[in-house]
Amino acid sequence: MAAAAKIDPMHQFAIAPIAGEELVASPFMFTNSALWMLIVTAAIVVFMWGGTRRQLVPGRWQAAVEVVTGFVGNITRQNIGPEGRAFLPWVFTAFMFILFSNWIGALPLAIVGPHPFTVTSQFTVTGVLSLTSFAIVLAVGFWKHGLHFFSLFVPHGTPFILKILIAPIEFISFLVRPFSLGLRPFVAMFAGHILLEVFGNFVVQGLNAGIDGSPLGWAIAVLCFVFVIGVNALELLVGAIQAFVFALLTALYIKDAVHLH
Amino acid sequence: MPQLSQLALVYQSQWFWLLLVLVTLYFVVGRGIVSKVESTVDARDKQIASDLATAERLQAEAARSEEAWREQMNAAHAEGQARAAEAKAKAMREAEQRIAKADQEIAAKTEAAGAALAEARNSALAEIESVAVEAAQEIVAKLTGAKVTAKAARDAVTGAMSRA
Repeated sequence: MAAAAKIDPMHQFAIAPIAGEELVASPFMFTNSALWMLIVTAAIVVFMWGGTRRQLVPGRWQAAVEVVTGFVGNITRQNIGPEGRAFLPWVFTAFMFILFSNWIGALPLAIVGPHPFTVTSQFTVTGVLSLTSFAIVLAVGFWKHGLHFFSLFVPHGTPFILKILIAPIEFISFLVRPFSLGLRPFVAMFAGHILLEVFGNFVVQGLNAGIDGSPLGWAIAVLCFVFVIGVNALELLVGAIQAFVFALLTALYIKDAVHLH
Repeated sequence: MPQLSQLALVYQSQWFWLLLVLVTLYFVVGRGIVSKVESTVDARDKQIASDLATAERLQAEAARSEEAWREQMNAAHAEGQARAAEAKAKAMREAEQRIAKADQEIAAKTEAAGAALAEARNSALAEIESVAVEAAQEIVAKLTGAKVTAKAARDAVTGAMSRA
């Protein structure tokens, strides 16, 4: 009877140094997380490079790049307006980084060797992304409107009594934005990968039980395998949606700062 | 949850590498490649719009020249018909004139022929008269032996001929 493997769904989120040294608190520590950040960056640059051929009639690759830039460009244009052009570089960077991190982290590369590390499953990463967006919102708001920016918290045309009640609520909801913005992609990746890990383990344990003579083990393995396929598909969808939501919310928050309602 | 338990150990390297990566992406991709791609798309859109405008203009031009060609053809047709009608009328006029002239000539010739015939008849009659006068004189002289004057013979002859 095979010993029941211990399921440790958290191990995939552990950060380890690449060169086998002890993990120390240093900014220059090269970890698996850093490695996959670089891989994501390289993948994005290579993908985008295909869009720089500037042909009048685009090939498939160039067309794909143009679709992505057009998509994110529309997010900024439609939400912020013509001024949105200035914010496209950051929105695009965040969108692509989250999208590629989510998808590359979901690649089943472990079948052939390296375990992909999903950098967006770390709130240290998504937090920096959301704080950058929030910093842009604050900088644009105060630079464009000065202290008048605080009128963002006072909706137009409300009676004075309601204003007193609503302003603090608006202020708190404004302060919550960076947290919700950063936690959303983190939680989505965190939960999805735990689910994949748990049900992937169920497949293996079901197979073990089946080899040991339990017909129920085979049934559970097959069932969980089908479920894992479904969750993987969902994970790809969620990965794209999280990138879109982050880009969309960033654009909406910047719109608030640019236009003040 | 490693994200929390490792936080103190990893946050420095996480932020360092993340900032490095984000700054790279921001400048290389966000500011570099994206604006290049957008300008390509804009240039293409502009080219398509201008091509469409040119096509529209050329189409209008073609319609105009076709209209002009049609007008020219209509004018040419009308002129040709007018000339044909004129030539026809002229030819008819000339034919009529010639026919009238020929008629006149024929009438003149007929008249002359008639006159010549009448003259010939008269002279033949006169000859017959004189022959008849001589014959009458000789016949009277042979039968009766009397001499008839030419005048009396002529009177008798003309009287007989006018009775005949």
